[in-house]
Amino acid sequence: MPAQTITALLKGMCNKEFSSVEITRGYLASIAANNPGLNAFITVTGETALAQAGAADQRRANGENTPLLGVPLAHKDIFCTRGVRTSCGSRMLGNFVPPYDATVISKLNAAGSISLGKTNMDEFAMGSSTETSFYGPTLNPWARDRVPGGSSGGSAVAVAAGLAPAATGTDTGGSIRQPAALCGLTGIKPTYGRVSRLGMVAFASSLDQAGPMARTAEDCALLLSAMAGFDPADSTSIDREVEDYRSQLNRGLSGLKVGVPTEYFNAALDDGIAGVVLEGLRQLEQMGVTLVDISLPHTDLCVSAYYVIAPAEASTNLSRYDGVRYGYRCAEPSDLHDLYSRTREEGFGAEVKRRILVGTYALSAGYYEAYYRKAQQIRRLLQQDFVRAFEQVDIIAGPTTPHLAWRFGEKSSDPIAMYLEDSYTLGVNLAGLPAISAPAGFSEQLPVGMQLIGDYFSEGRLLNVAHQFQQQTDWHQRTPVRN
Amino acid sequence: MSIEQAEIAKIAELAKIRIADREIGEVTSRIASILAMVEQMQVVDTSGLEPMAHPLDASQRLRPDVVMETDQREQFQPLAPELEDDLYLVPRVLD
Amino acid sequence: MPWETVIGLEVHVQLATRSKIFSAAATRFGAEPNSQACAIDLAMPGMLPLVNAEAVRLAVLFGLGIDAEISHRCVFDRKNYFYPDLPKGYQISQFHQPVVGKGKVEIQKADGSGKFIGITRAHLEEDAGKSLHDLFQGRSGIDLNRAGTPLLEIVSEPDLSSAVEAVAYLKTIHSLVTYLGVSDGNMAEGSMRCDVNLSLRPTGTEKLGVRTEIKNVNSFRFVEKAIQVEQQRQLDILEAGGQIEQETRLYDPERNETRPMRSKEVANDYRYFPEPDLLPVLIDRYYIEQLRDSLPELPRQKRARFVQDYQLSGYDALVLSSSRELADYFEDVVKTCGNPKLAANWVQVELLGQLHRAGLEIEDSPVSATGLGELITRILDQSISGKIAKQVFEGMWSGQGSADQIIAANGLQQVSDSGKLEAMVEQVIAQHPAQVEKYLAADPGKRKKMLGFFVGQVMKASQGQAHPQLVNEWLHRKLKAGQG
Repeated sequence: MPAQTITALLKGMCNKEFSSVEITRGYLASIAANNPGLNAFITVTGETALAQAGAADQRRANGENTPLLGVPLAHKDIFCTRGVRTSCGSRMLGNFVPPYDATVISKLNAAGSISLGKTNMDEFAMGSSTETSFYGPTLNPWARDRVPGGSSGGSAVAVAAGLAPAATGTDTGGSIRQPAALCGLTGIKPTYGRVSRLGMVAFASSLDQAGPMARTAEDCALLLSAMAGFDPADSTSIDREVEDYRSQLNRGLSGLKVGVPTEYFNAALDDGIAGVVLEGLRQLEQMGVTLVDISLPHTDLCVSAYYVIAPAEASTNLSRYDGVRYGYRCAEPSDLHDLYSRTREEGFGAEVKRRILVGTYALSAGYYEAYYRKAQQIRRLLQQDFVRAFEQVDIIAGPTTPHLAWRFGEKSSDPIAMYLEDSYTLGVNLAGLPAISAPAGFSEQLPVGMQLIGDYFSEGRLLNVAHQFQQQTDWHQRTPVRN
Repeated sequence: MSIEQAEIAKIAELAKIRIADREIGEVTSRIASILAMVEQMQVVDTSGLEPMAHPLDASQRLRPDVVMETDQREQFQPLAPELEDDLYLVPRVLD
Repeated sequence: MPWETVIGLEVHVQLATRSKIFSAAATRFGAEPNSQACAIDLAMPGMLPLVNAEAVRLAVLFGLGIDAEISHRCVFDRKNYFYPDLPKGYQISQFHQPVVGKGKVEIQKADGSGKFIGITRAHLEEDAGKSLHDLFQGRSGIDLNRAGTPLLEIVSEPDLSSAVEAVAYLKTIHSLVTYLGVSDGNMAEGSMRCDVNLSLRPTGTEKLGVRTEIKNVNSFRFVEKAIQVEQQRQLDILEAGGQIEQETRLYDPERNETRPMRSKEVANDYRYFPEPDLLPVLIDRYYIEQLRDSLPELPRQKRARFVQDYQLSGYDALVLSSSRELADYFEDVVKTCGNPKLAANWVQVELLGQLHRAGLEIEDSPVSATGLGELITRILDQSISGKIAKQVFEGMWSGQGSADQIIAANGLQQVSDSGKLEAMVEQVIAQHPAQVEKYLAADPGKRKKMLGFFVGQVMKASQGQAHPQLVNEWLHRKLKAGQG
């Protein structure tokens, strides 16, 4: 089956060219054939997917229609799914079958979608390469010796390799946008509070947001409309009406001011990526936007502030994994202390433990002021950078990542090198802004992503710009050669 | 700010994560490198800046005081590693 | 060297909400283990806290009751530590910006004088679950029903100087929170628990000594005893030239001693930081003023009014205002009988005595306030004597009916009928000629005393129902007649 957008699938089902069962069978076959080589899925739910597809076909035959009726999706294994193991890429939750659905899942189910299974990810979403998963790394279909990015690497690869038409992801510091860039997809991280976090395993509560990963901005618009919305069960959810993002896709771009931050074109940026992104910006210019040089002067502090705040929140979010009520428990604990410390030693991988320790340190007596409080003050500075920028421009554009997909193991021995890969994506999470990554071209035959950052709740505009860009380019239609 | 192995051991105790003796050296050096990286924050003048705990400048909604949850032991308790008489069991706790 | 004791109390009051502070599970006491622990209480992955509006309202109400500053913006923090009854590995509490700031309460000392005790702050937090240590071999069982129950932690200044003052303070807080409806105040169910911070210092000095903290004392009596033994323990050490170690201790009621806690040996570092799953709670001026207007009359206001309006003694006013129910009962009695002094006496002596003996609360009294008021009315209109009234009260207590029904059924009405009284008096005089003679011979100054004999005889003859004053008058008249 050729790589299809969900927009095309819906149209085909509407026109009775094919049924949901047929599509679902096709994706399941593709998973069976390709997943062993790619390791994009941790869990495949073929049987229930086919049952759901049959029910969707029945509903369609009965004249029902919902926005995603019969569309198969893959879900990052961070979303709790009722009756389906939710491991979060960790040994700690290797046996965890939640009796509830995340709000994102129930909303997508209510929209009629079908779940193909759960995708691989960095353990507890802590990583930028999907190498920290307890279930093994996911391979980049564009070059199988390279990482797909992370932490939503399984979702990115599932879509890029045609194992699913679209997928859900989460983005705490770039985990949707970076793998989307490295795998040639479109992925959007919404404004903080736009999508419910209920039932999404928490990494860093004040940074986590869920969003869609798909082939096109149009598909993202369709999916985000279904995922977003006020959830009274999430205290940080925003009570604000969800726009119909699709209806805004065809707005013209003329007169739009696009800011280009000089700090995102710094010495760390790969030349090939710089060339591709600048070409993309010229393309936007031809479509009527005005490019404006801007400055986000505190950008070089993003990594530091993020790698204090995220581990600090994570260190306590992950305290609940103690081997008492659910999840992994070490064998024959000798006493309570042994139960805790060995369960957590054995249940967590190295990167997760490292971040818990860093976060614990940053919050501990004597260091709170110098680390955690300081990082929160710098977070304020970073937010002010964006606020000032949006007084001048409508959106901000630049590269999503400083480098192309790298080879396995290349950065895993040096956490700092890995952390720096997120230099351009972290600021958005710290400020709580929406941002999208869309394919802008190739360098060394590897996909390059362009990132568009918007002001709060400007998801409609970001999807609109990406969609218009995709009307003039075909980078998003490229697929990796099967090998 | 350099960090000592003893300090890592103390932090690991707080975080309830056992670190094997043979690993403590490597763990310490990696954490030291992360702390060295974030050290750059210290040169920034942040005096007078309100710490930002949250991306949104919003206030808390409150929930009405209504009981909506029923007994869900049948759903949750099968997940427990050790259970007896509906109680979660742990190695004996001293007061 | 003389020493003085410095005590500060941290009182945890369970708030009277139906559901938990961060979840919609019930807070009902005594449910089957873990049947009231929902996904949020169990800290299931992906679960998020939701703040109960009623918990915030009750905290503000308490703040208004102690004239405290109410924070217009309060923030929840995470307090991090591992314990099996703490499912998230952190307790959601308030550290930097509590809902209630500085306030004060007045306690009554033994000599009747008042003393103001400063309240440093009061903050909202969630309770932990319960660990059961004695049910299983080598295992502790965890019941999380209590996890997430809303608590208000009330922290006092170190203004208390004795066990007696500490208990008076606790009673004052207890009466305040029950008056306000902030808590049911049920001590047996753990609705009020207390941590005691205690240190000694040379009398007259300012600097505080090293303190110990006695955790989780859960009755007034144990607080009193725990303070007494800890005070003595510290005194013995200091007198012997030793030093107090700053530590957390437990009070063992069976041995009547305090001992160091074993499990918290490792110094805890709670790593407080703002709870990122919750936003700041804003409490606006309008809301606060509305609540202030809805405040019921507080114990100290009621006490003052009882003294002022009913001319009660300070002590009577203190007893009768100690709970809202008792005060309401008393005022209903007054409303019915119109005599506050007599009402105060009857409520305190007869009613409270009976309730105490029967182990009942005022709400469970078999004699209603109106019923008691009617009984007192019969004393006042001289239908019965005070003595007979006690007999009638017994009947009312055991359910024989209203005062009037019992009086009628048993013929207890005082005899004030002139003909009957005259006949009785004449009979007594006729039966005791010798005493009459003595009486008549006596010096008029001594006669008054001697008259008592005849009164007693008439009362006896009437089985206590003769109206004593009228009997007096008739005796005077008849004996005078005899003389004449």
